[in-house]
Amino acid sequence: MEIAVLLKQVPTTESLIDIADDGVSIKTDGINWVMNPYDEMAVEEALQTRDEVGGKVTVFSLGPEKAVAVLRTALAMGADAAVRIDPEDKILDGIAVAKVIAGELKKDAFDLVIAGHRAVDDDNFQIGPAVAEIMNIPHISMVIEKNIADGKIKCTRTIEGGTIELETALPALITTQRGLNEPRYASLTGIMKAKKKPIDTRLLSETGTDPGTPMVETIAMRLPPQRQGGRMIDGDSAADKAAQLVKALREEAKII
Amino acid sequence: MSQAVLAITEQIDGSFKNVSFEVISAGAKIAGSLKGQLAVAVMGSDIENIAGQAAEYGAEKILVVDHDGLKDGLSDACTQAAAQLVEKTDPLVVMIGATSLGKDIAARLSARLNAPLAMDCVDVRVDGDQVVATRPMYGGKVLADVRLTGSPAIVTIRPRAIKAVVAPGAGEVEKVDINLDGTRLNLVEKHMETGKIELTEADVVVTGGRGMGGKDYGVIEALAESLGGAVGASRSAVDEGWRPVADQVGQTGKVVAPNLYVACGVSGAIQHLAGMASSRVVVAINKDPEAPIFSKCDFGIAGDLFEVVPAVTAEIEKLKD
Ligand SMILES: Cc1cc2nc3c(=O)[nH]c(=O)nc-3n(C[C@H](O)[C@H](O)[C@H](O)COP(=O)(O)OP(=O)(O)OC[C@H]3O[C@@H](n4cnc5c(N)ncnc54)[C@H](O)[C@@H]3O)c2cc1C
Ligand SMILES: Nc1ncnc2c1ncn2[C@@H]1O[C@H](COP(=O)(O)O)[C@@H](O)[C@H]1O
Repeated sequence: MEIAVLLKQVPTTESLIDIADDGVSIKTDGINWVMNPYDEMAVEEALQTRDEVGGKVTVFSLGPEKAVAVLRTALAMGADAAVRIDPEDKILDGIAVAKVIAGELKKDAFDLVIAGHRAVDDDNFQIGPAVAEIMNIPHISMVIEKNIADGKIKCTRTIEGGTIELETALPALITTQRGLNEPRYASLTGIMKAKKKPIDTRLLSETGTDPGTPMVETIAMRLPPQRQGGRMIDGDSAADKAAQLVKALREEAKII
Repeated sequence: MSQAVLAITEQIDGSFKNVSFEVISAGAKIAGSLKGQLAVAVMGSDIENIAGQAAEYGAEKILVVDHDGLKDGLSDACTQAAAQLVEKTDPLVVMIGATSLGKDIAARLSARLNAPLAMDCVDVRVDGDQVVATRPMYGGKVLADVRLTGSPAIVTIRPRAIKAVVAPGAGEVEKVDINLDGTRLNLVEKHMETGKIELTEADVVVTGGRGMGGKDYGVIEALAESLGGAVGASRSAVDEGWRPVADQVGQTGKVVAPNLYVACGVSGAIQHLAGMASSRVVVAINKDPEAPIFSKCDFGIAGDLFEVVPAVTAEIEKLKD
């Protein structure tokens, strides 16, 4: 089975985010960059699938030079090959990213593509299904369980209020949701080996895909209003505190 | 005929989801700014009897797509239907609820139509002849205004972000035939938890964190029930196996925006705050007076949750007498 995994490098979720002087991007100094947490699950799922049915796992990331780090992490976890698509400083919106990635995926015959259901930086929830659409393959989002047999993939995905089990024919794309697996840590030998594996770097201008001019452009960014320290409710007993709280919620906040 | 806005609705158990009315209201506002018509799509099977409700929120036209293949709300069938509705109505803006289905439809539709998309927006407006949407990024740590160039501009609306406003429209019903040949997803089984209030739609959310110390969420459930709310969990509680992943609030869980959020035994990690920051009123109950959650709440009680939470429930119950 030929499996492709899509990886994005993002700020760690602990990061304190501040807005840069240009007003439309974030300050990057002091930020630690890591693999998008949902993409770690994507790598894990790909490795488990390969180890079960055989085949090869190729990881893709579209990003600047520093994105090599997440590709190396995936190689250290056990991926077989890595491709970095260099955007050459071009600004790309979600659709453009999807077009470029889909263009590269189409150059090989992948049976299964795995992405995260969202990247925790732009929170777009877009690239997975958009790539599937451009590749003209089915997709199943937010998968928490999957089974592959006889050229078909059966997945359980989360929806509001429950789960739903779906089946489709391969090739297909799935996106990951928490609960699918526990991503492994790279072993020391894995890390050593990964250092020596080549990374196939492709320049955007040489991919043959025209990403088009951006249709979605950030024109302003601001920090949402922050809650100041709350009012502590004192009292002699739990019952006393509870009574005061409920009074405050009723009379001041007027919400109950 | 060309329409200003096409609002796509979604149902659950034969009724509209709340977010559908919010989407129609947002659509009515945009249609007003564009001085054009608002068409509302109602897609499903056996939905004719509810379709008329769309008029109460401002639908000028109601496009009813009744098809067996739309019964289960599968994303590929719904995308196919949505694409055909876009072709028919030629809208400048398409609006959809940012639900798990809505996000799937929006992402595929934008790729199919090569159209701009702003996902999970909390506001949308028309500026000159362009659509500008406001959307949280970085797990809600930032709000970004994005400008969409090209048509149709596709905007998905986060549940509870925009108020549903009753404002009757003409509501002229038109049945639309669509073709669902070639869909590729097959439903095997649906497992729904009946009677459970969906976190993202709840007016009140009561969350239990690692301070629960175990699987027994009885005190949390009792408070949630007395307030008519839903139960949430921190990631630590989910990781411990005390609660299902679907209950997780936070940057890698659900983003909630209830009127009242009660965090019990939650320390207030940045990833958790990201998921609840837009709640209207936040109450924190924690036995550690130094817990970071107290600096991000409106009302705090330092104390043992197993004593305080039942006491709060008792007070709420008193109000009902
Ligand atoms: C990539 C990544 C993504 C993450 N995403 C999320 C996410 O989406 N959501 C999320 O919640 N976390 C997320 N986290 C985890 C987050 O960093 C914290 O570890 C987590 O939120 C802590 O959960 P907690 O507050 O329940 O537990 P703790 O931090 O252990 O806090 C427990 C609190 O309970 C209090 N307590 C204990 N007993 C009692 C009692 N009897 N009465 C009252 N108070 C009591 C303690 O004083 C303490 O403050 C993520 C982490 C990472 C690395
Ligand atoms: N630049 C990128 N390179 C590779 N994969 C990406 C990139 N951006 C997004 N993805 C993939 O798409 C998923 C969803 O991202 P998004 O649609 O941006 O929220 C991520 O979890 C990745 O798997």
